[in-house]
Amino acid sequence: MSRMWRVGLLSGLALTAAPAHAFVAYVSNEKSNTVSVIDTESWTVTKTIKVGQRPRGIDFTRDGKFVMVAVGDDDTIQMIDAKTQAVVDSLPSGPDPELFAQDAAGKILYVANENDNTVTVIDLEKRARLGDIQVGVEPEGMTISPDGKILINTSETTNMAHFIDTHSRQIVANVLVDARPRFAEFKHDSSELWVSSEIGGTVSVIDPGKHEVIGKVNFEIPGLRKEAIQPVGIGMTKDDKTAFVALGPANRIAVVDVATRKVTKYLLVGQRVWHMAFTPDEKYLLTTNGVSNDVSVIDVAAQKVIKTIQVGELPWGITIAP
Amino acid sequence: MIRWLAGLIGWSLLATQVLAADPVMIGVGYLGLAGTRSTLSLVEQPAENDGLAGARLAIEDNNTTGKFLNQRFTLEERRIREGEDVVQAATELAEKNGFIIADLPADALLKVSDALRDRGTLLFNAGAIDERLREADCRANVIHTAPTRAMLADALGQYLVWKQWKRWLLVVGSHDEDKLFADALRRTATRFGAKIVQEKIFEDKGGARRTDSGVTLIQRQMPVFTQGAPAYDVLVAADESEVFGAYLPYRTWDPRPVAGSAGLVPRSWDASQDQWGAIQMQNRFVKLNSRRMTPLDMQVWTAVRMIGEATSRTNSGDAKKVTDFIKGPDFSVAAFKGTKLTLRDWNLQLRQPILLVDGRMVVSVSPQEGFLHQVSELDTLGYDRPESKCKLK
Repeated sequence: MSRMWRVGLLSGLALTAAPAHAFVAYVSNEKSNTVSVIDTESWTVTKTIKVGQRPRGIDFTRDGKFVMVAVGDDDTIQMIDAKTQAVVDSLPSGPDPELFAQDAAGKILYVANENDNTVTVIDLEKRARLGDIQVGVEPEGMTISPDGKILINTSETTNMAHFIDTHSRQIVANVLVDARPRFAEFKHDSSELWVSSEIGGTVSVIDPGKHEVIGKVNFEIPGLRKEAIQPVGIGMTKDDKTAFVALGPANRIAVVDVATRKVTKYLLVGQRVWHMAFTPDEKYLLTTNGVSNDVSVIDVAAQKVIKTIQVGELPWGITIAP
Repeated sequence: MIRWLAGLIGWSLLATQVLAADPVMIGVGYLGLAGTRSTLSLVEQPAENDGLAGARLAIEDNNTTGKFLNQRFTLEERRIREGEDVVQAATELAEKNGFIIADLPADALLKVSDALRDRGTLLFNAGAIDERLREADCRANVIHTAPTRAMLADALGQYLVWKQWKRWLLVVGSHDEDKLFADALRRTATRFGAKIVQEKIFEDKGGARRTDSGVTLIQRQMPVFTQGAPAYDVLVAADESEVFGAYLPYRTWDPRPVAGSAGLVPRSWDASQDQWGAIQMQNRFVKLNSRRMTPLDMQVWTAVRMIGEATSRTNSGDAKKVTDFIKGPDFSVAAFKGTKLTLRDWNLQLRQPILLVDGRMVVSVSPQEGFLHQVSELDTLGYDRPESKCKLK
């Protein structure tokens, strides 16, 4: 009796779990000035939303109600209502916003403004600007430590990861990395910070406590010249075991064993791959391929590319509903 | 005794901490000629601060980085007037600056490099494109951020060949530098399988570049000048002296595109270059200098950024240490060209993609797809290691 009940419960769970992998992904198309909405069950574009000039950084608000997209040439961040899938508001971001990060509560937004070497702090509830933090030349990569205490900003021409105390909004450390740092990502257990260097061709692994580079991930693809390997986006699985690194014009995603920092596999995706997002169940990883104007879908467990979806021109960033 | 030692160590630690409060000063000198050259097109007339403006931006960029490393960069500029002694000016600059960016003609640059050889000053040639400075007359204390004529010619030639415009009508000016550019173009044609169907010389008979009814006259001259040429795909002009090149587009007898010194032009940089994050730098430049950025500005910017890059990597302002790092195998610099730039260790020439521009847009970027090389595709542009006559001294 109890055993039958258990079986029933399990199969019931399986039934409810099955439709759960229908998620919604939003892709910013830098050249089209649009955002493509992808349904992850049918793997089709269900809507194309017109946004401002040069959409790049894109992310859901923590409550899942809005999608924020940085439209750099309009000097603002637009808010897309996830229900109506239309632009409803904009944020006072400062000039040329590119990438941004929000705190765990979803109350404070930190925006990298490439044009004036600052990070702008925005109150998301009041939608008001709280202040600026001076950083290095061409700030780009943004992330927040899992405990919320440290904001990381990378500056592309200064070649540093700046550690900013989120409470005092002061820089507490600067770590030099290889040329043109584009993206920063913490391990979920906070023990390491990974920073990709597009021109340097490496990912630096930083000890966030000591503020030191403790290792590097190097890439080598037979038959491909070294200059074509330009790491940008990084995605790390929740168990911190596997990292995926987008290699730009190398047209590949590197699968990296986090413990040994060695590449175990290269997955061929579309052309000039930059950013990526996991589905919340971590079954799939979606990557934006700028030059081929498409999104590749990777089966995370199988480490295989299973699908390609055409989107707008020069797809840049991607976010998936929580 | 041990306590005394410990005390001494403690004191010296304290002393270094106090010293660390003073920033490390890194002096950069800029040495150029006063006055500007005259161009056919009024919009291409160089500004008084052509080149220097690039140094100013790079110094700002370096100082933004420097404030995190306690390094401070300063710029000292010297413009030489006619009759002034370039060596004396360089020596004066070298007293306070470990690095000098030079925009000088080849002979003046060689004089300066030989005069400063024993001081350990590192020179950057940001202006002269002469091959000989990287070949027979190369110097161990001169780094070249300016591309060479052969690099520019190869960049153009690769594109023309890719486009299947392989029959060239070459028109050469009568000045020495025009002839040197023509030499480079002939070499390119041989390397990449283009054919020069005919060569014409355009004699410079003097005359003003600015006139009140010039257009009427030019419209009569240019079609006639290009009449009767054998079948060709593209007219390639070698006119560094700015005597006739810009008069050719739309005025050739046969309807053919123009390239070289006019039309589609190979350049290290262009004000319209906005790829690979360049837009931020273009914006910074316009904000600081109230004008757009030229190739010379970029060549100077890159030189000053190389110094900044090396001082931050070595965490040192010591000219010798910084120089060794720049010349070493681990050095590279990012300069908004989609790839890292490195030095050719055999002659200290900076490897770089070359833009092909039409005055309004970037048409293409060389090296072109399919031009392969075992070390770096950038070495398909210009003289390669096996051909080099350079012996660094």
